[in-house]
Amino acid sequence: MTLLGDVARWFADPAHYQGSDAVQTRLLEHAAVSGLAVLTGLLVALPIGLYLGHTGRFGFIAVNVANIGRAIPSLAAIALAIPIAGTLLGVQNGLGFWPTFLALIPLAIPPILTNAYVAVRGVDRDVIEAGRGMGLGEAAVLRVIELPLALPLILAGIRTAAVNVVATATLGALVAFGGLGRYIVDGLALQEYDRLFAGALLVALLAIAVEVAFGTFERAAVSPGIRVQQGAL
Amino acid sequence: MRCGPEGVPQLKRAIRLAIPFIVAALVASACGGAGTGGTKPAITIGSTNFSEQLVLGELYSQILETNGYAVTRKFNLGAREIVFPALQSGQIDLEADYLATLLAFVDKTATGSTDPKLTFSTLQKALTSRAVTVLDYAPAVDQNGFVVTKATADKLKLAKLSDLAPVGNQLVLGGPAECPNREFCALGLKSKYGITFKDFKALDTGGPLTVQALVGGQIDVGLLFTSDATIAVRGFVLLEDDKQLQLSDNVAPVVRNDYLTKAGDDFKKLINSIAPKLTTAELTGMNKLVEVDKQDPKDVAKAWLKKVGLIK
Repeated sequence: MTLLGDVARWFADPAHYQGSDAVQTRLLEHAAVSGLAVLTGLLVALPIGLYLGHTGRFGFIAVNVANIGRAIPSLAAIALAIPIAGTLLGVQNGLGFWPTFLALIPLAIPPILTNAYVAVRGVDRDVIEAGRGMGLGEAAVLRVIELPLALPLILAGIRTAAVNVVATATLGALVAFGGLGRYIVDGLALQEYDRLFAGALLVALLAIAVEVAFGTFERAAVSPGIRVQQGAL
Repeated sequence: MRCGPEGVPQLKRAIRLAIPFIVAALVASACGGAGTGGTKPAITIGSTNFSEQLVLGELYSQILETNGYAVTRKFNLGAREIVFPALQSGQIDLEADYLATLLAFVDKTATGSTDPKLTFSTLQKALTSRAVTVLDYAPAVDQNGFVVTKATADKLKLAKLSDLAPVGNQLVLGGPAECPNREFCALGLKSKYGITFKDFKALDTGGPLTVQALVGGQIDVGLLFTSDATIAVRGFVLLEDDKQLQLSDNVAPVVRNDYLTKAGDDFKKLINSIAPKLTTAELTGMNKLVEVDKQDPKDVAKAWLKKVGLIK
C-alpha cells in the first residue's frame, strides 16, 4: 500500500510537470511516436491488404510475410533500428525518435494487413456478384461494397496495432528516446519504484484510452445495417 | 567480454597451462628457497565483469605465476555485489578494486575523499573488521569523466570542467539515468562548479549510447569512465576535474588477511610492484587493446608486464 501512496504523491508533485521530463511532455512524445508509427503502418498495410483481399491473389504470402513483423522481438527490432536509422538518416538521427519510430512500424503492419485482407476476402461473394451485375467497376466494388462491409474488422485491426504500438513504444527509452518508457527505465535505474509504477500506469492508461477511443469511433463509423448483422451473430 | 575457451587444441592448451608450473619448478629449484617467506600458497584471483577488470586480474595473476605461485582464475564473476562477498567468504583470495567505490560499498556511511591517501586509510579501517587488507593503490583511476567532442572543445574553448560553468546553460548533458541525483554527477557539477545544463538526457552508464549521442550531437557533454579507451579512439576531450569533484577511485588490490598471513612479505612485494607503474594512461592503453583491438587480456597483460620490466 505504501507504493500506491508513493505513486499518488509522485503524481501530485509539481516538479514532475516541469522541464523536459514533465509528464505532459513524455505523454506527448509517446503519443506522437505511436501515432506516427501507426499512421505509417496504415499507409503501408491498408492499401496492400485491401488490394490483396479484393483480388484474392498472393494473400497467403503477404499475410505470412507481414507476420514476421510479429515474430521479431521488439527489443531486438529497436536495437537493430539504431544502426539502420544512423545509416539512413545520418548519425545525428541514430538515437531517440527515429530508431523508435522505425522499430514500431513492423509492429503496426501485421494486424492492419491481416485484418484488411481477411475482412475484404470475407465479404459475401453474392453481394459482390450482385454489385457487378448492377454494372459496378472493380474500384467501385471495393469502395461501395467491400470497404463498408469490411470496415468493422479493418478498424479492429488498426485498433490492435495502435494498442500494441502504444504499449511497445515504452522501449524507446532504451535508445535514448523520451516517452513514458523514460519513467520505467529511469525508475528502475534509480530504484525509484514510484516513478517506475507511475510510468507503467500512464502507459496502461494511454493504451486503454486508445482502445476506448477506437471502440467509440468504430461504433460511429460502421453502418447501422452491419452493426445489426453483427449483433445477430 | 570473451571468456570462453580460445580454441587451442587440448594438448597445446595443457602444455600452455603447464608452463607456469614448469617455470615455477625451475625457479624454485634455482633459488633453492632463497625467497623470504619460503612458502608460496596457491591463490585464487577473482574479478568483476568488464574488460579492465580482466586485464587487472591477469596482471596480478601473471606476476604471481611467474614467481612460482599457483594461480586459479575466477574472472567475470559479476558485479561487486558478488565479487566482494566471494572475497570475504574465501572463494577468492584477491581482487582488484577501486578505493572510493569499494569504501562506499563496505561502509554506506563513510565518505571517500578526493585525496587517495585519505581514502586509502579510511578504506583500510573499514576493511579491518572484514578480515581483508587493501594493498598499495596505483595512480590509475577509473572514475566518472566528463567528455566533449573535439569540435565542441575547440568551439567553446573547453579544457577543464570549470570552463563549462559560463556555457553550461547552452549544453545538454548525457549520462546514466541516476546522474541528476548523484553527487559525482550533475548534482556535484552544480554545487561545486556552478554548472547548470540546458537539459539532461538519460542514456547509459559510460556505454555505447552515450558515445553515439556525443558523436551524433544529441548531447554536448557525456559521462564516460576516465580509463575508457573510447575517449582516445573517438578523439573526445576529457575535461579535467580541476576542482576535484570525483573521489579517488584509484585501482588497488584487496586480499584476504588469511592468505596474506600465509604468503607473507614476498607476495606483498610482488603485488605492490605493479602499483607504481600503473597510471591511468597505461591502463587506458591496455583497455584499448582489449576493447577496441580485441586482443586477449592475457596477452595484453603479459606484454605490459614485460614492457615495464616486471617479468622477463
